[in-house]
Formats: sequence, C-alpha cells, structure tokens
Amino acid sequence: MSGLPRTVEIMRVQKETVEHMSFYFEYYAGKPGQFLMVWIPGVDEKPISLSRISNTECGITIQCKGQWSKSACALSKGMKIGVRGPYGNGFDLKEYKKVVIVAGGCGAAPLRPLVEECLSKGIGMKMILGAKTSSQLLFKQELLKKLGNRLYITTDDGSEGRKGFVTDAIGELLGAEKPDCIFSCGPEVMMKAVLDQCEYFKINCQFSLERYMRCGFGVCGQCVMDDLMVCKDGPVFPGEVLRKSKEFGSIARLKSGREVSLREYAEWRQV
Amino acid sequence: MRNPTVLASGILGVNAALLKRVALSGAGAVTMKSIGPREKEGHKNPTVLEWEHGLINAVGLPSPGYNNLAQEFEELKAIDCPVIASIYGASVEEFAEVAEAVAPYSPSLIELNISCPNTKKEGQVFGLTRESAEEVVAAVKKVNGNIPVMPKLTPQAPNIAEVAKACAEAGADAICAINTVGPGMLIDVEARKPILANKFGGVSGPAIKPIALRCVYQIYEKVDVPVLGMGGITTGLDAIEMIMAGATAVGMGSAVYYRRINVFAQVCKEMEQWMKAHEVNNIRELIGAAHK
Repeated sequence: MSGLPRTVEIMRVQKETVEHMSFYFEYYAGKPGQFLMVWIPGVDEKPISLSRISNTECGITIQCKGQWSKSACALSKGMKIGVRGPYGNGFDLKEYKKVVIVAGGCGAAPLRPLVEECLSKGIGMKMILGAKTSSQLLFKQELLKKLGNRLYITTDDGSEGRKGFVTDAIGELLGAEKPDCIFSCGPEVMMKAVLDQCEYFKINCQFSLERYMRCGFGVCGQCVMDDLMVCKDGPVFPGEVLRKSKEFGSIARLKSGREVSLREYAEWRQV
Repeated sequence: MRNPTVLASGILGVNAALLKRVALSGAGAVTMKSIGPREKEGHKNPTVLEWEHGLINAVGLPSPGYNNLAQEFEELKAIDCPVIASIYGASVEEFAEVAEAVAPYSPSLIELNISCPNTKKEGQVFGLTRESAEEVVAAVKKVNGNIPVMPKLTPQAPNIAEVAKACAEAGADAICAINTVGPGMLIDVEARKPILANKFGGVSGPAIKPIALRCVYQIYEKVDVPVLGMGGITTGLDAIEMIMAGATAVGMGSAVYYRRINVFAQVCKEMEQWMKAHEVNNIRELIGAAHK
C-alpha cells in the first residue's frame, strides 16, 4: 500500500547508541530491506529503512546527523509524523539455508528485521557488526543476546571486538565455511569491498543502497544509479547487478542531479 | 519516430543511462529533465505524491545546469530514438542562453518549458499569454541552429489555442500540450499542513485527461505544426483519443507510475490492437479525426 502520508503517533523512543535513535509506531508491516518515506511536517521528508517489522509495530532508526535527522531525533513519545510506503523490493532470502549478514554503522538498521526473519525461519546465520568505535555499535546488546557467539564485532579503532573493518572478519569467516549468501548494508565503500570479497569467494550477495530520493516510487528519476532507480528497482540489489554498475562505489547525485564522487555526496548528506 | 509514444519531461530523465532504458523498453522518443542555466536544487520533500486520481508534484526544476551536462549529452548519442532536450529559464535571455548551449549537442528537438507551475520565476509565467510565449520562442529561434523548437504549454493560459498560434507564428516547429494542471494542493488533516513542501504543485495523471484533450483539440484547430499531446494518457485507447483530438504523437509521464517503464510498449500494443479491429492501417489517418 502506498499513497499519501499516513499520520502515526510515536509509541516509544529508544536511544540505541551515542548517535542512533529508534522510533516505534503502529503501521502495517513491510519486508526487511524496504523503506518508508518519513515526513516531519514543516521540515522535510526522507527515505528511511524499516528497522523493526512486527505484527504490533514498525520502527525506524536514525543517525542523528544532518538537518532532517536532528529534527527527527528531537521527536518524542506521543508526537506525530507522516509515513508513506513501504517502498522498494527488500532482501530476498530465497531458499537459502546458511547466510552471513554484514552491517557497518547505520547499515545495521535495515538488516535487523532480516536477522529476525532468519531466526524465525530457522535459517543458519552469522552476523558481522562493525562501527568506527565501540560506542557506535548499533543494536549490539540486542544482537548479542539473540546471536551469542554467532555475532562478530569489529571496530575501526579496536575499542571493541576485532580491530579493523568488517571485511577483515569476512575473510576469516569465509575461510571456515561458505554461506549461501551474504546480505550487507553500510557505507558504500564498505559494501564495494564486501562485493569484491564475495566475488573472490564466489558467494551470492545482496546489498541495500542509498541515494537522494524524491518520489520513492520510480517516477522522478532522482535516485538513479546507472539505469537503475534505487527506490523502485532496489534499494536491495544482487551482487551480479552491482558488478556491472559503473556508479556503484564511486558516483552519486546531489539534489540538483549533478554527478559527484561518493565522498562529496557523503559530505553533503551530513549537512 | 518508430512509434508515437514519448517520455514526457520531468519523468526519469535525469541521466542518459535511464533514458536509454526507457528507449529500449519501447518509447518512440524520450525527453530529458528540463535543463536550466545554472545548478538548482529544487524544493524540499515531499515533492511528488500519489493521490486518488493522479499525481501531484512540486519538484521545483532541479537541474545540474547545462554546464554540467556535457557528458550526459555525449552518452545520449547512443540512444536509438529521438531525444528531446527540455529547457527552462527565468527570463527570455536565459531561455536563449540555455538553447544556445544545448543546440550544438544536436538533440532532435528543443522543448521550451514555459509552463511549469512550481517555481516563482521560471516557467508558467511565460506560457500564460501569447505575448510572453512568442517572445521566448522568437528569442530561441535566433540561436537554435537547425534544431526544431517546441514550446510546452500550460492549460492555465486563458486561451491556450491563441498562445499556440502565437508560438507557431513566432517560428515554433511543434507544440507540446499540456504541462501539469494547476497548481493544486493537498492538506494533511492530521498535521493541518499542506503536504507538498512547496504547498502547491502541478496535477497530473488520469484526472487531467479531459482537460488535456480539450486543449489539444483547440490547438489543432489553430495551428498547422504537429502537436505532441499529453496529460493523463495511460492506455492505448487514451492515446488514440489524444490523436483523434489532434496530436501527432502522445507523451506519457505519470503513466510510468501506473504501469511502470514498459508502459510505452504496452500502449503501442493496445493501439495496434484497436487499429487492427477497426481496420486502420496507419495511425496518421486518425490525427484530428474527432474534428471531421
């Protein structure tokens, strides 16, 4: 179901880390990897992945950087926002028996409902959770409780878990046993590195991408990457599609539609 | 053109690769998103919404500016159907400036967006009267090289046929009608606020088809140049209706929302089926049929 924004009341707010907050509200369910267009009246509207999908509530998780996100992080219980969607395709678990989930930073948000789905379907799963530093590890306590020693933690500065990038942990994990598929979300440079590893080890993979969006339903073309609309053809793309992409891992577009390097795009997104 | 369907401006036309995909999926011609003189961000979201009977948008003419589009134009050469370059400006001089910059890339047509209802300075203001419309056309006709020029008209003009006639007399090689209707607005009753960040936006989709048909019908009576008819076309029958009103080709934009990118191939197939059932061999026989 799509259409106009539907007003929902925030039922609860959870501070997840020093820079991440989750907001929960009643909404019809979507699939892991799908997103909502979240409207704060008078401020702006942004595409945000579902970080919780259950029969009673949906949730989104926001990194409190940037103008819109700061407004979002000031929301509290009882306040109202407008949401439309869910949009996009979502992750596809197919008939996979063993999977590895690789999350970097805020990328843990869309992967959290996928973890739930794997657990409820009894799919064998290991997860790598990475962040710059210990205090930014998103959903760490919750995931530790659910996954125990199937959760591998990496931090860039070594303040918790293994020092280094998620890709270092993947190398070790894949040396032991090959999964049927790797699902990943995080900074695009990280995902590009994960894609390269999956190619080396010949493993299926799916990635959830982000671009500046307007309509969310495949009409305006704003979120284009090569000839793909990230909102409608994605936001989850299989590795074989991204392998052919000229822009994945290198180019994105500003609000004007001008092509810039991923680095410049990322800097603009923080404003 | 291999078929009479055209991707309307402002839909999907952000880069060459996506335009190529639209061409490969069956469009007879494709239109680039309107190009401005300078880089422009457009409005904040929400900018595009789906409501019960169509879409409403106030994207606000975002554009990288013609200076940043050289590479896209280069890549557009690989597209095997006509490519229309849509342009806008905030003054007659800016229209001429952009047209002059775009013409050397040899698009099949230059579309003059003198009808966008979503910005204060650019757009609709030029299409409202015959005087301002013909001024833009005349200025562009001095700098267009040999590229045909097609103004896109607004249904908000008190007399759209008169505007079309003035444009044709000023040298327009074709007329495009119509741009979105309005502006209109939607209000969220819970938030007690307009939903579009720009408050007002152009209305498109099935709701505006009768208005588009009337405009094209009236224009056809006044001008001899071809008319690219658009506004609410989503099916083959809609397209035939538009052609009978007087259009030589039909544009589709919001239809991409209803029937995805392959809407162009679907509409062509539906037109063929109707033509076969009615023993019409050439679609050209139907142009302006409703006038006879």
